[in-house]
Amino acid sequence: MKPFTLDRPETAADAVSAVAADPSAAYLAGGTNLVDHLKLGITAPGLLVDVSRLTSSDVREDDRGGLVVGAGVRNSDLAADRRVRERYPVLAEALLSGASGQLRNMATTGGNPLQRTRCVYFQDVSTPCNKRAPGSGCSALGGYTRYHAILGASEHCVATHPSDMAVALAVLDAEVRVLGPDGERVVAFTDLHRLPGDHPERDTVLGHGDLITEIALPPAAWARRSAYRKVRDRASYAFALVSVAAGVSLVDGVLEDVRVALGGVAHKPWRAHRAEAVLRGARPSREVFLAAADAELADARPVEGADGGNAFKVPLVRRTLAAVLRDLTEEADR
Amino acid sequence: MATTGTAGRSRTIELRVDGTAYHPDVDPRRTLLDLLREQLGVTSPKKGCDHGQCGACTVLLDGRRVLACLTLALTCDGAEVTTAAGLSGDDGLHPLPQAFVDHEGFQCGYCTPGQVCSAAGLLAEFDAGAPSHVTPSVSDSPRWTDEEIAERMSGNLCRCGAYVGIVAAIRQAGDKR
Ligand SMILES: Cc1cc2nc3c(=O)[nH]c(=O)nc-3n(C[C@H](O)[C@H](O)[C@H](O)COP(=O)(O)OP(=O)(O)OC[C@H]3O[C@@H](n4cnc5c(N)ncnc54)[C@H](O)[C@@H]3O)c2cc1C
Ligand code: SF4
Ligand code: FES
Ligand code: FES
Repeated sequence: MKPFTLDRPETAADAVSAVAADPSAAYLAGGTNLVDHLKLGITAPGLLVDVSRLTSSDVREDDRGGLVVGAGVRNSDLAADRRVRERYPVLAEALLSGASGQLRNMATTGGNPLQRTRCVYFQDVSTPCNKRAPGSGCSALGGYTRYHAILGASEHCVATHPSDMAVALAVLDAEVRVLGPDGERVVAFTDLHRLPGDHPERDTVLGHGDLITEIALPPAAWARRSAYRKVRDRASYAFALVSVAAGVSLVDGVLEDVRVALGGVAHKPWRAHRAEAVLRGARPSREVFLAAADAELADARPVEGADGGNAFKVPLVRRTLAAVLRDLTEEADR
Repeated sequence: MATTGTAGRSRTIELRVDGTAYHPDVDPRRTLLDLLREQLGVTSPKKGCDHGQCGACTVLLDGRRVLACLTLALTCDGAEVTTAAGLSGDDGLHPLPQAFVDHEGFQCGYCTPGQVCSAAGLLAEFDAGAPSHVTPSVSDSPRWTDEEIAERMSGNLCRCGAYVGIVAAIRQAGDKR
C-alpha cells in the first residue's frame, strides 16, 4: 500500500470539500471494497476521507409514503428493517443474498452500489485491463468470461456490475441524493451506472467529490409482491452468475404492473424495459414469461472464452426470469 | 516508515480490546487485524486470506461481527473490540468455545477464533429477528434451524472441513441460551 492520509471530518460538507480539493482523494465507507483495492494496488489514493459516520445511518419515512435510506446504513441493518421487509422484500432479499454476515455488517448503502467489478483481470494488476489502466486492452476477451456481460458491453470492456442490492434498487426506481462540490442533486438510480462504451474506467455518472448522502425508495404498492433470485456457483457466499429482481401486481388475472431488472448480465444493473412491455397487460403464463425474456435478450452477445464462454447465461436468464414471475404470479393468485 | 509532509501521518487512537485499554500510534495503512496481532500482541484473530474471503479475522467491533482485515485501524478510534480470547470469562469457558470443544468443531483450530466470534455475532443477529438468505419469507422471523446456522456462518471457511461439528456446536450454544 502506498502511504496515504486518513481524515475523519465532522460534516459531509467538509468531506466533499476535502475530496474535491484533492484529485487523488477518495471516500471511505465500510472499506470492504476499497481497502481490498488498496492492498491489491488497484488504486492508490493520497487521501482517504472516512464518511461512514457522516451520512445518516437511519431509514426514515418520507412524505410520499416511501423510505429514505441514509448512505451510512449498513447492508445488514437495511435488510433487517421491518418496513423494507414488508414493503420492499426484493431489496431485503437482494441484500441478504450478497457477501457474508460480517461483510453485510460493514457494507454501506452508499458504498455497495459503487463497488467495482469483480472481473478477475481488473483485480490482477499484472494483466491488461481497460477499466483499471485505460488503453491497456481487455484480458477477458478470449479469457475467463463466466462472470462477464451478455448485454450492453463494448469491445473495450465486458465486465459486469457485481452488486445485488443495485439490481433491486434499479427495479424499485430508487433515487440517489448526491452532495457535490456544486451542491445537491438527485440522480435516478437507473442512470447512476454507465455502460462501458469507450470509457470503461468510468463506472458511474458521479464526478470527483460527489458524495451519495441518501437513497430514496419511492412508494410502490406492487413491490409488496416482489422477489430477488440469484443463481451462483455455490449455494452461498458467491457473486451472481445471473440474478433477477421482479415485482408484480395482478388485477382480474392480468399483469397490471410489472417491473424486472437483471444482474450479472451487464456493466450496470439492467432494467428490463423490453420484458416489462411484453408483460404489462398480459395474462401470466410460461409462454408470455419466456416471450418477455426473449424480447429482453434479443440483443444478447455472449463472450467467447477459454473457459467455454458465457453463452449459458442466455437460457439461464430466460428460465430464471420465468421462474421468478411464475412464483410471484402464483402467489398473487392465491 | 518514511513519510513526506502529512502523507501517511500516523495518529494515536484509543481502543479497548477484550476489556483492556490501549493507546497505540497507528499508521493509516494498518488494518485492525495487523494492529491487534503485530502491534498489540493480540493473536486470537487469525490472518487467513487478508481479503475478506475467509472469516478467520472475524472480531466483534462494538458488538457486531466484522472482518478485521478490511477495517482500517484508524477508523476504530474509541471502539470496543472483542476477540474469541475475550469471550472466556473468569468462571471458565464461554458456552460457545465450550460447545466447539464438545462437538469437535475444529481440527487444526486455525479458523476457530473467527468461527467463535462469528457465532457470537450470529446469535445476537438471530435474537434480534434478522432474516437470512434461507429464511422462507423475509417478512417472517427466522426459525432456529441448522440451515439458518449454516447460511449465517457461510462467511467463515474451514480448510479442515469441520463444518458438521461447527453447526452442532452453535446449535448447542443457541439451544442453551
Ligand atoms: C469476499 C466478498 C464477497 C462479496 N460478495 C458480494 C456479493 O455476493 N454481492 C454483493 O453485492 N457484494 C458483495 N461483496 C461486495 C460488498 O458488498 C461491497 O464491497 C460493499 O457493499 C461496499 O460497500 P462499502 O461501504 O464497504 O464501500 P467501500 O469499500 O468503503 O467503498 C466502495 C467505493 O464507494 C465509494 N464510496 C463509498 N461510500 C460513498 C458515498 N457515500 N458516496 C460516494 N462514494 C462512496 C468509495 O470511495 C469506493 O470507491 C463482497 C465483498 C467481498 C470482500
Ligand atoms: S472485462 Fe473490463 S474489467 Fe475485465 S479485463 Fe476487460 S476491461 Fe478490464
Ligand atoms: S483474513 Fe480477513 S477474511 Fe480472511
Ligand atoms: S479447523 Fe482447521 S481450518 Fe478450520
